[in-house]
Amino acid sequence: MTKLMLGNQAIARGLYEAGVKLVSSYPGTPSTEITEYASSYDKNEMYCEWAPNEKVACETAIGASVAGARSFCAMKHVGLNVAADPLYTASYTGVNGGLVIAVADDQGMHSSQNEQDSRNHAIGAKLPMIEPSDSAECKEYAKLAYELSEKFDVPVLLRLSTRVSHSQSLVEEEERANIPVRPYEKNIRKYVMMPAFAKPKHVTVEKRTLELIQYAENCPLNTVEMHDAKIGVITAGIAYQYAKEALGEKASYLKLGMVNPLPEKLIRDFAEKVEELYIIEELDPVIENHVRKLGISCIGKERFTLIGEYSQRYLKEKILGVKTECTDFGEDIPVRPPVMCAGCPHRGIFYTLKKLNCIVSGDIGCYTLGASAPLQAMDTTVCMGASVSGLHGMNKAVPQDENKRVAVIGDSTFIHSGVTGLINIAYNRSNSTVIVLDNSITGMTGHQNNPANGKDIYGDPACAVDLEALCKAVGINRVRIIDPYNMSEAEAAIKEELSTEEPSVIISRRPCALLKSVKHKPALKVDTDKCVGCKMCLKIGCPAISVTGGKCVIDHTQCVGCGICREMCKPGAITE
Amino acid sequence: METKAIMIVGVGGQGTLLASRIIGAVLLEGGYDVKVSEVHGMSQRGGSVVTYVKYGNKVYSPVIEKGEADLILSFEELEAARWLPYLKKGGRLVLNTQRINPMPVITGAAEYPEEIVEKLKKTGADITAVDALKIAEEAGSAKAVNVALLGVLSGSTEFGEDVWEKAIEKCVPEKALDINKKAFRLAREIKG
Repeated sequence: MTKLMLGNQAIARGLYEAGVKLVSSYPGTPSTEITEYASSYDKNEMYCEWAPNEKVACETAIGASVAGARSFCAMKHVGLNVAADPLYTASYTGVNGGLVIAVADDQGMHSSQNEQDSRNHAIGAKLPMIEPSDSAECKEYAKLAYELSEKFDVPVLLRLSTRVSHSQSLVEEEERANIPVRPYEKNIRKYVMMPAFAKPKHVTVEKRTLELIQYAENCPLNTVEMHDAKIGVITAGIAYQYAKEALGEKASYLKLGMVNPLPEKLIRDFAEKVEELYIIEELDPVIENHVRKLGISCIGKERFTLIGEYSQRYLKEKILGVKTECTDFGEDIPVRPPVMCAGCPHRGIFYTLKKLNCIVSGDIGCYTLGASAPLQAMDTTVCMGASVSGLHGMNKAVPQDENKRVAVIGDSTFIHSGVTGLINIAYNRSNSTVIVLDNSITGMTGHQNNPANGKDIYGDPACAVDLEALCKAVGINRVRIIDPYNMSEAEAAIKEELSTEEPSVIISRRPCALLKSVKHKPALKVDTDKCVGCKMCLKIGCPAISVTGGKCVIDHTQCVGCGICREMCKPGAITE
Repeated sequence: METKAIMIVGVGGQGTLLASRIIGAVLLEGGYDVKVSEVHGMSQRGGSVVTYVKYGNKVYSPVIEKGEADLILSFEELEAARWLPYLKKGGRLVLNTQRINPMPVITGAAEYPEEIVEKLKKTGADITAVDALKIAEEAGSAKAVNVALLGVLSGSTEFGEDVWEKAIEKCVPEKALDINKKAFRLAREIKG
């Protein structure tokens, strides 16, 4: 039956149909929904889980593959950096049951801290990488990836992008294949990568790459569409869809479904048939460099940007010189950046940190929004876990400011890679204060359960990491829990821990206001007779509060009655 | 047929995603090739959000660019002004007259433009402005504003009430279904 499916949903369907037995992932936009949709299938057929981080997820999938089952993990582009260690060596060991790793790039950085091109990891790890351009291909490629993996004894990378992952298009569902678990046979030359065994394995890897190039020359994923031969386009993934819409039959196309390794003869033959050759690929000039290395002249990044997303409009303008007309509103329109939601438990903490003039070592999650106006209470954000280890570095190197500095990190991020930094703080004794913003969920990616909230991916009860006990166990003696809705308590706790001459952890605990399990209080109201228009309540940056006619107004459709603004209001104008 | 393009714009949390999925389900029922492009992650948190729905015999790019939208469905006034350049010449804009202040307006760093609807009308675009929030609240929940807007829009489409309601049933969670259907019917009576 034909269904409209997100690319991510179609990948999950592909996994199911391919007879995959195990899926282990860490959430990350735009890859998250693959694993969520995968968990909607019978767990006895295809078991799914959220792992603490991408490295653990990847290693879990490797283990399942060695044991003989088809296995999978998904991550966003920066997640692949975390999983790169097992990945690069799994390239040497190869697989038993097929192993596929999906990596979703975020061209345009809709929800990411950088815009890296994951194809570079495929080249580095010497792994085949395939890249679908719509949902139907997502399903088809996911299934084919397992055949490739088992045929060439190699983990296969499946590259996605925001527009492929988060666009719905038509998909035809098929039955699940009955793929028996392959027998496991002890083979230390294959699975134990110590130098004596890894050296011959590297030879195998290079030989495999040559075989994969041969495969790429004739594989069904790389297709030629000949129309007008004046313009030839070599492209891949979502860029193919943009090119096809922009140029239609005014151009001929070589669509590369396999983006590593790249074919040689296929490209030469195509280049010979067309007058002018364009390489249309978002981000890095991976195909272009390959084409130029073959001595073929082409138009690439000197015409098309290295930055952000392409579109049909962009390509029409760059190739055909055609600009689509449009009407402007004619005056400045205020920007609308993302903000912390009304009732967000992080809000009060960031207000307090700003008030205390703290230097805040930040991390990845909803709370990164604490860097935006009006709170502006964040100084650094690099990657998952960097808040804790970064704070330690600051305090070790320049200790005179240690009583002003804190790290802030969410519960899921703390489990992901914050706890190792905390061990470093305890072990190497820096006088650091870490605030764990425990909202009992992985928030920014859309509410996934995690090892600290007592539920597994299916919503079933699971062992919950005891964060207080964990912090104490690694050697932090001062661990305290506060309620972020109680601003005076939070301020007193932060002041005290900053002035104490030993490492400490403050766990700021309150569930995300968007969780269905959280009961909201009625929206608060402003007593206009009492409101003096001092605008103190605006300083917390709540999207539900604004000023009309000199008086504050609370939007009843947004307010969840958290009461933070009431603590800000000196005249007592905000009431239930 | 030529590919048609619909944009749904609003503020993160207003339910634009669900609206685009309902439109997608309606078009699928109509036998079209359909692509629906969504935004997830950070942009959803109270920011300006946009989803694209494209349909026709064969759809390639899932995104809509400036000057390409046949129809823009805006959940908020400021967002209608922001995304106006995406409307095709002679395109239609259906907007909810709700006003949600963005953070720069809340903090006083920027001003919310006045008389947006009048200014939009002056651009020559085909504008339908409705208070969908009022309709949604009348139906029982402010959250049904998305489905109320679809009700307004549905009257001028080739699809009958039954097709729309079937799509709503498919996409809206069971417990919110009655309120949403009511909002849809109330809004459908408004001549769009």
